[in-house]
Amino acid sequence: MTVRFVPGSLIDGFTIGERMHSGAMGDLYRVAHPEHPGPLVMKVPRFRTGDSIENLLGFETESMILPQLTGPHVPRLIAAGDLTRTPYLVLELIDGQNLEVLVQRGPLPAPEVARIGAAIADALHGVHRQGVIHLDLKPDNIMERPDGTVVLIDFGLAHHARFPDLLAEEKRYAAGSAPYVSPEQVEGSRHDPRSDLFALGVVLYEMATAELPFGIPATMVGLRDRLWVDPKPPRARVPSLPPWLQEIILRCLEIEVRERYQTAAHIAFDLRHPDQLALTSRAHKSRQVGIVAQAGRWWRARERYPARRGRVAHARNATPVILVAIDTVHPDDERHAAIRRATEQVLSTSAEFRLVCVSVIGAFGRSAEVTPADANSDLHLEHLVRLRHWVDPLKLPTDRLSLHVLESLSPSAALLDFARRNHADLVILGAPGSTQRGMAWWRSVASTVAANAPCSVHLVRVPERPGSGGTVEDLISLDDLPQ
Amino acid sequence: MILALLSDIHGNLEALNACLKHARQAGAERLVFLGDLVGYGADPAAVVNLIRREAAAGAVVLRGNHDDAVASPASYMNDSAKDAMDWARQALSEDEKAFLAALPLIVREDPICFVHASAVAPERWNYVDCPASARSCAEASGCTYTFCGHVHHQMLFFQGREGAMSAFRPVPGSAIPMRGHRRWVAVVGSVGQPRDRTPAAAYALFDLDRGEITFCRVPYDHLAAAQKIRAAGLPAALARRVELGI
Repeated sequence: MTVRFVPGSLIDGFTIGERMHSGAMGDLYRVAHPEHPGPLVMKVPRFRTGDSIENLLGFETESMILPQLTGPHVPRLIAAGDLTRTPYLVLELIDGQNLEVLVQRGPLPAPEVARIGAAIADALHGVHRQGVIHLDLKPDNIMERPDGTVVLIDFGLAHHARFPDLLAEEKRYAAGSAPYVSPEQVEGSRHDPRSDLFALGVVLYEMATAELPFGIPATMVGLRDRLWVDPKPPRARVPSLPPWLQEIILRCLEIEVRERYQTAAHIAFDLRHPDQLALTSRAHKSRQVGIVAQAGRWWRARERYPARRGRVAHARNATPVILVAIDTVHPDDERHAAIRRATEQVLSTSAEFRLVCVSVIGAFGRSAEVTPADANSDLHLEHLVRLRHWVDPLKLPTDRLSLHVLESLSPSAALLDFARRNHADLVILGAPGSTQRGMAWWRSVASTVAANAPCSVHLVRVPERPGSGGTVEDLISLDDLPQ
Repeated sequence: MILALLSDIHGNLEALNACLKHARQAGAERLVFLGDLVGYGADPAAVVNLIRREAAAGAVVLRGNHDDAVASPASYMNDSAKDAMDWARQALSEDEKAFLAALPLIVREDPICFVHASAVAPERWNYVDCPASARSCAEASGCTYTFCGHVHHQMLFFQGREGAMSAFRPVPGSAIPMRGHRRWVAVVGSVGQPRDRTPAAAYALFDLDRGEITFCRVPYDHLAAAQKIRAAGLPAALARRVELGI
């Protein structure tokens, strides 16, 4: 390597500035380029003859995966140097705070933990949807922008579903950071997005209690405790911690992946709507399981060890979020039954769905901004009761269901915003009925939602009765569309 | 420069035409035929003539074991393969046979090596079907990128620390970066007789400048190709293979 990374030197058009950080894996420099405005950072791997090849492997992995990722939750990649000559990555310098600084400040209040946790879950969901698993989530690798958005950094250990996994064969037991690594990663698995959800559980635990649930294991034997030891319940450390937060944290930290949350979107949802959470025994646990139960887990972990290694990858979107919009302002609307039938059909195709029922009521005299209706108002309660009445015939378990009454002057804007924030996979709503045929289709809630939704939209129409209309003259003509 | 890597066409003209059309649309500038132009399928002469024209226009064409068996019958083949070879032999003109017999077994254009089977003794038709055989193939080729066929499945092998190779089953349609500081062996799959229970034709595109490979699957009228095999009086099992991709 002949190129020298010293302040003032020029590399491929980038002027090297001050060294911001020097770590075991490499150095970070501030850099500038006339064609790329804004603060930039250059990441240079530390690699000299005799150095660990893992440095370069992590760097190669990151340089393969980062260009594939888009969205606000990953740093923008500006340039990458030739790996064989001048290896470097130039990234957008994230304007924000490293989460490590925040967790150092000791137990954070529950609403703050929920807010930041939901933002981290949003970021994980954004990355998982693109086929990438981070596998090294920890406060050090999490940046929070001033607007509250979270950015994940350092994809050196990440896994991409459509790329060869360079690390799979190389560093089986070194994957992840010891305090945060999931049980299945300890066993060598690198293909399950739910491993990131376990690490998120550790981060939530740390934010809420200022303690690490499993300490800092220094040996492989200590790390294998992850396969059978459950953490001290967070409420045993911080008695004022609300049961719902303990429920969420302990569900993230389940040893068996199938007992955990299945998607980051679900965690984000629960952290944002704790009042909708169905609490289990996890919420009220006051101590770790006894020695006998732990011995049982230890024995089972030993038995399944070879079997788990070969486990097939977890299918993405195993728990689709289905958002159904019900117009509770018009409880006698004939479309309600049709929407219920359609919802039932959709739910029958998925075992692990979550149904989110939403009603939007007008917020007259208020701003157009979407706000959850005041939980104490009679109006809110009345519409909640109507929503519950609508969904009751479906006989769904409460942990699959949530009910929301929103206030907004624009039902379509409110639905779209809610669908986007809560990572909906499908929106079900009624199409304008025969009585609304007179109104312009493109002004309907259904058309606006269908045109702008972040996901698929299922429009439900009550079948026409014979002779009830539908003459050619009634049909929407393309001539009616705004030019 | 984008290269289209096509192997194991096996006399399937419908599949070959579909792949060539797909490759042209994807911007392929150079065609590489990794062998086994004939055998199994109903159109050996048409396939050979099409590829001869491409060879005259600059395409790389290699000899596979089925092309080789036209001139010197192979004892290792099973009965239906032998029947198909006998049939192809009478379907090809002397001219076409001479073209096949003169094809090279291996071509090196550093940093790339093309071969039908393994770069280790290409004339022995060893399969590159596991990390160990991929490793010996990469070491024998001596090139950064080795492209081969013969095994009718798509697979990508990459070299790690201490030379050992790992296998990766590619997802069709996504470009995979192959950084040049390690060795890679890509098995491109079969155009004319895929065997992974998917009838769609298989081939690969290699973008030399970007160092990226994209494995492709191209649906084509495989039922018509199977029907032609039956109509030619070839063993019914060969038609079934094309119909079901087995």
